[in-house]
Amino acid sequence: MSLPAFAADMTANMTLGARAHRVAAVAAEFADRVDRDGRFPREAVDVMKAERLLGIQIPAAFGGESATTQEIAEVCSILGQACAASAMVFAMHQIKVSSLVEHGGGSEWHEGFMRELASRQLLVASATTEAGIGGNMRNSICAIEVDGETCRLTKDATVISYGAHADAIMVTSRSGEKAAATDQVMTVFKRGQYTIDKTVDWDTLGMRGTCSDGFLFKGEAPAAQIFPKPFAEIAAQSMLATSHLLWSAVWYGIAADAVQRAQSFVRAAARKSNGAMPPGATRLAEASNLLQLLKANIVAGLKTYADAKADPDQLSSMAFSIAMNNVKLASSETILVIINQAMIICGIMGYKNGTPYSLGRHLRDAHSAQLMISNDRILGNTSTMLLVQKPDTSLLG
Amino acid sequence: MNETIRELLAKVGGLPVAVETLEDGADLYAAGLSSFASVQLMLAIEEKFDIEFPDNLLNRKSFASISAIETTVAQILKAREAA
Repeated sequence: MSLPAFAADMTANMTLGARAHRVAAVAAEFADRVDRDGRFPREAVDVMKAERLLGIQIPAAFGGESATTQEIAEVCSILGQACAASAMVFAMHQIKVSSLVEHGGGSEWHEGFMRELASRQLLVASATTEAGIGGNMRNSICAIEVDGETCRLTKDATVISYGAHADAIMVTSRSGEKAAATDQVMTVFKRGQYTIDKTVDWDTLGMRGTCSDGFLFKGEAPAAQIFPKPFAEIAAQSMLATSHLLWSAVWYGIAADAVQRAQSFVRAAARKSNGAMPPGATRLAEASNLLQLLKANIVAGLKTYADAKADPDQLSSMAFSIAMNNVKLASSETILVIINQAMIICGIMGYKNGTPYSLGRHLRDAHSAQLMISNDRILGNTSTMLLVQKPDTSLLG
Repeated sequence: MNETIRELLAKVGGLPVAVETLEDGADLYAAGLSSFASVQLMLAIEEKFDIEFPDNLLNRKSFASISAIETTVAQILKAREAA
């Protein structure tokens, strides 16, 4: 190979897409075992680290690659086509990193942590849910205790996804002993600064590899590790949007793989039937239509976020919250319809495990989508906002 | 106007603290104003002042404190006079 050709080849190998596909290949290989055993997708996450995907969102100035939310969503969808649990771990990690990037700038400790995350490829988890808050992460019962330069926190966290495998955990709490339940802060605790004792097992229908066990968290760290911005602002300005968009990208990946399997099934059947239209062919056309609708919904949401990022007022507006809520509602509901169509197309071969057309894992993983922040809660929030928000009737915004 | 806003806040804000104890500039979200209650407050203010909040003012900032609400309402009333 000539030197320029070699260089061009190297560059192609180093694109985000190529790196994501290499992780996806490993994730796909272990997907069924991760699902069956409900274990952490260690192999896939190791390759994410080797391909240096965990730090891509960190600004280049701090050793990352300044990847945009669109680029990260693309990686989520590539991984989602291989192993939904691996993809979801990656997505959740990037959601935490977005809080760091969007709200940690200007704080010396958080900037240092960004550098460390990019250089050591640290996996970040979060503890936002708590026993007794009824699933509303914008309320906390636990309070952080600031004692001079040190802060201490104990939290009965009902869910810390991949908590036992993380290198750091971001934990929400009330800002102090006297603070109201909604007056929250978020603090980064690095491994070694906390202990976690498992209280609840994650034995679920799907998304089994995220290992979202419950833990009693106890941490002590320098108080500088508390985010300088209130959590309400972090939640509204980065977490809400990135969660809905990156989750949707993972879900799109699951649905896209289901459609791909259904299409292979129909094509194989068509080849055998000497050109006669197989029974599932029309249904495949419908599934492809829905998949395109799902894709358009997510792409439009990503663009809305990219546009709003330039304007903090826009980011905390009701119109923006409603738009993001709608992306999540539509994606989480549509994937179930799509995967169900694919299942009907593939028939018993889709229903059985261990065939090239198996869709059981897809369907079970996809069922988590409506529950990760309950769609009922989201509908409730949107309907409240619609009492005052005027409808946006424009086509192009 | 300040008095009226305080009355409405006491009525629909559902705050865990007494409204009289809040400074005009105090952060209402930190004081416990939920997003649901903030919408109730917006509706009550729309009704009381016979106004409608335009979408560009429907954000956290406009309702972050009693004085922010005053500014927002005054801005709408002024725009209406000018029209």
